[in-house]
Amino acid sequence: MSKLVLRNVSRTFGTHTAVHDFNLALEEGELVSLLGPSGCGKTTTLRMIAGFMSPTQGTIELDGKVISSPESSLPPEKRQMSMIFQSYAIWPNMTVAENVGFGLKVRNVDGNETRRRVDEMLEVVQLGTLRDRYPSELSGGQQQRVALARSIVVKPSVLLLDEPLSNLDANLREEMRFEIRRLHDEFRMTMVYVTHDQAEAMVTSDRIAVMNQGHLEQVDAPYEMYHRPKTKFVAGFIGRTNFVKGTRQGDAIDFGGFVIPWELLNSGGGRAGAQVLASIRPQNIRLSREQPAAAHRRCCVEASVQRRAYLGESWDYHVAFAAPAEPLRVAAGPADVFEVGEKVFAQIDTSQITLVS
Amino acid sequence: MTDRSLPSAPLPMANGRAMLGQRWRHLDKSVWVWFVAIAVLLLLIVNPLLRLLISSFQSDDTGAFTLGNYVAAYSRLRYLEALGNSLVLGSCAASLCLVFGVPLAWAVSRTDMPFKGLIWISILGTFIIPPYLGAVGWILLAGPNAGWLNRLVVALTGSSSGPFNIYSMPGLVLVVACYSFPYVFVLTKSALDLISSEMEDAANILGAGTWRTTVLITLPLVLPAILGAFILVFLEAIALFGSPALIALPGRFHVVTTMLWQFFEFPPKVGVAAAYAMPLLIITIVLFWLQRRITSRKGYVSLTGKGGERRSIQLGRWKWAVLAYCLLVCTLSFFMPLVVICQAAFAKAWGRGFSLDNLTFDNIYAIVFRNELTRRATLHTFTYAGTASLIAVVLALSIAYIVNRELVGKRVGHVLSFLTMAPFVVPGIVLAIGFYAAYTRPPLALYGTAWILILAYATRFLPIAYVNSNAAIRSINPELEDAIRILGGTRFTAIWHVVAPLLKRSLAGAFILVFIPATRELSTAIFLYSINTQVLSVLLFDKSDEGNFEMLASIGLVLVVITVALILIGFRLMGRDFMLRRTAA
Repeated sequence: MSKLVLRNVSRTFGTHTAVHDFNLALEEGELVSLLGPSGCGKTTTLRMIAGFMSPTQGTIELDGKVISSPESSLPPEKRQMSMIFQSYAIWPNMTVAENVGFGLKVRNVDGNETRRRVDEMLEVVQLGTLRDRYPSELSGGQQQRVALARSIVVKPSVLLLDEPLSNLDANLREEMRFEIRRLHDEFRMTMVYVTHDQAEAMVTSDRIAVMNQGHLEQVDAPYEMYHRPKTKFVAGFIGRTNFVKGTRQGDAIDFGGFVIPWELLNSGGGRAGAQVLASIRPQNIRLSREQPAAAHRRCCVEASVQRRAYLGESWDYHVAFAAPAEPLRVAAGPADVFEVGEKVFAQIDTSQITLVS
Repeated sequence: MTDRSLPSAPLPMANGRAMLGQRWRHLDKSVWVWFVAIAVLLLLIVNPLLRLLISSFQSDDTGAFTLGNYVAAYSRLRYLEALGNSLVLGSCAASLCLVFGVPLAWAVSRTDMPFKGLIWISILGTFIIPPYLGAVGWILLAGPNAGWLNRLVVALTGSSSGPFNIYSMPGLVLVVACYSFPYVFVLTKSALDLISSEMEDAANILGAGTWRTTVLITLPLVLPAILGAFILVFLEAIALFGSPALIALPGRFHVVTTMLWQFFEFPPKVGVAAAYAMPLLIITIVLFWLQRRITSRKGYVSLTGKGGERRSIQLGRWKWAVLAYCLLVCTLSFFMPLVVICQAAFAKAWGRGFSLDNLTFDNIYAIVFRNELTRRATLHTFTYAGTASLIAVVLALSIAYIVNRELVGKRVGHVLSFLTMAPFVVPGIVLAIGFYAAYTRPPLALYGTAWILILAYATRFLPIAYVNSNAAIRSINPELEDAIRILGGTRFTAIWHVVAPLLKRSLAGAFILVFIPATRELSTAIFLYSINTQVLSVLLFDKSDEGNFEMLASIGLVLVVITVALILIGFRLMGRDFMLRRTAA
């Protein structure tokens, strides 16, 4: 049985639809992140799961019981969940230990047990020595750990995270990504993780749900999400890519500058004469001076370098084709140096071309 | 886009009863408390004002609809004269306030005048002295024969009688202005504080001298603030009861507030009083609206906050002339009245003058310990004010919470917010008549009990509590409460463990800000007190007939000393801008 199910959930504010017909099921112990640009409805979705807000349509189910519906919603305090907030929401009038122990106190866990579990939890997040400090005496990263400890110690049915790392500086943020994943693996909690940072989502999640303008675009594991984006939005939002328009003609697709046989593509569908849109990642194109030997699933096209930029870890080339197709961006290793205007051969890995809608 | 792994839906609700049960389990039980808060608000504000309006159209005896009250209220020349007198009093006193307040604000804010601290302290002092105590001071100073100033003139010139008579319209205007000009000072000064010196430099560089710059550049920039202050003081003056009652009645003329009081002489003519109070209420509402419009206009860019560098204007030799003027104003409003009040409070007989053999602590000792009447009045004053402040703060905090957390929807929230601020534009005396009309008869016959005074105080000063609570609640990130709730605490757990501890200081401050005016409130008390619920302000007013000024002064002094103590506590809790908060409403 799924742990948490969102079924046809919609939420409108006046005339504005923040979340539209959202469907998602989380398995027990799964970490799913809601990823999307700001204003896409991910925080609204999270607050509906938490019970701070009711859906205007659809239901939310926990362990097979309806907890949210337009008619009535179980208040947040009765959901046995916990949440980590963007501002951390550490209570400034309580010490670290009091903050972490609060959820246990509300659950009427006895004093000794509370103390034992709080101390244990503080060790896990490496805050054992700071238990009697007040939040104003802690750094941002330490406050973040208090928030983590506070929400995990109660063994929640579901742990919700609302952009938990966005207030940290870059280095700390990278460290905390792994920390959150480690805690998830250690406690096997069901988690919903809201973020706008795709790297954060890739590092932490079992599956990623990409949202755009209130719609759920795609739900997949990070690897599939990157390699097989289903929509133009997902392909463009997760990593960089080239979009190429093409037309299906017979057994091949004509992209203007080059033609790729249909069977070489991994994607199916499309009638003859149909317009298609393909996503080609910059690192799936190889440039060379000599024409490479023909190889399976490789398509080779003559092109010329139009523009280039050296980024240290790689070269960023714009190459143009003879035919009217748009120029493509190509990522090449630091050693692959080509001059602007130089004739090159661009070898495209057709197995990595994805048709998107 | 659909997640393929979505399981089938759970069974639909079996029947209506199960559905109801689920709704009950899902209901946020705290909702009842918010309903109670809203109900109390309706009881305190909407009901009295509604009853006021209704009883103005009702016969007192039969309750039948009538326009007779309006006919009675506006058919006698004497009544119309009182209306006219109030307008004269309001405009003259407000003009005099500008003459007092604007130069002082300019001198303290923009110039290098010496002894600014002294001026500050005496203006704070005039804020602290209740206006009717100031009136008592001026009676001692300029009473027709025995007044100190008259005796001084007689002694100096040898004439048979002194020239001053406080029991006159000019006398009343002076007394009212002396205790209202601090509003003008504070509002003008805060506007002046926002003007950068660069604007004045720009005029200087184009050839204008200090005086021309001040008149042509600086004054026009603060004009909206000055106009707003003028309106505020005008409204303050026409709503005042204590000073007019102490000065106009012996002077044999009436203003609206004293006339209203006369309608309440036994047997009270509530309907006529309500009808007669309408112009006061309407003028107040219209002028407050006007004041808001004037001061919120955006045309004056320099008033938006970020000024450049500020330097004091060098006055040179003129600074002594400016200081002399400031000291004159402070002497009239603070030093002279305070000296004669202290003298009277510690004198066996105030007319015997300043000598050691006239000195006694008997008066103070008597009213605090010996005299049963004053002892009970003192007790009443502080218990009523304390209870009222508690009610006002709790209610204001609840409403501010409901509005800010949008517990009842945005639109209802706006209405609640508006209602809570409404007593701000209702003169105290009008509110008192509304309370009298609403709560003298069953089902809620509160008249004669302490509760009618307590509730009237709480209502009257609710806006002060609300402004402060609102600011306090806004300073709390709602996520702090969300965190409590998601961990299993209710809304009340959140309020008890997080909101209350974090707001402790500012709520204590709000309590004091309500408590101070509540201890000295006269205009509502005079209509609602009974023999068993006398408070100090009423007692002070009652005793003024007897001419026992030693006792009046002592009562006043006790009030002032306690107020000063409270303000010092407020400073410690909330910092230096604490007193300004109540005018920021």
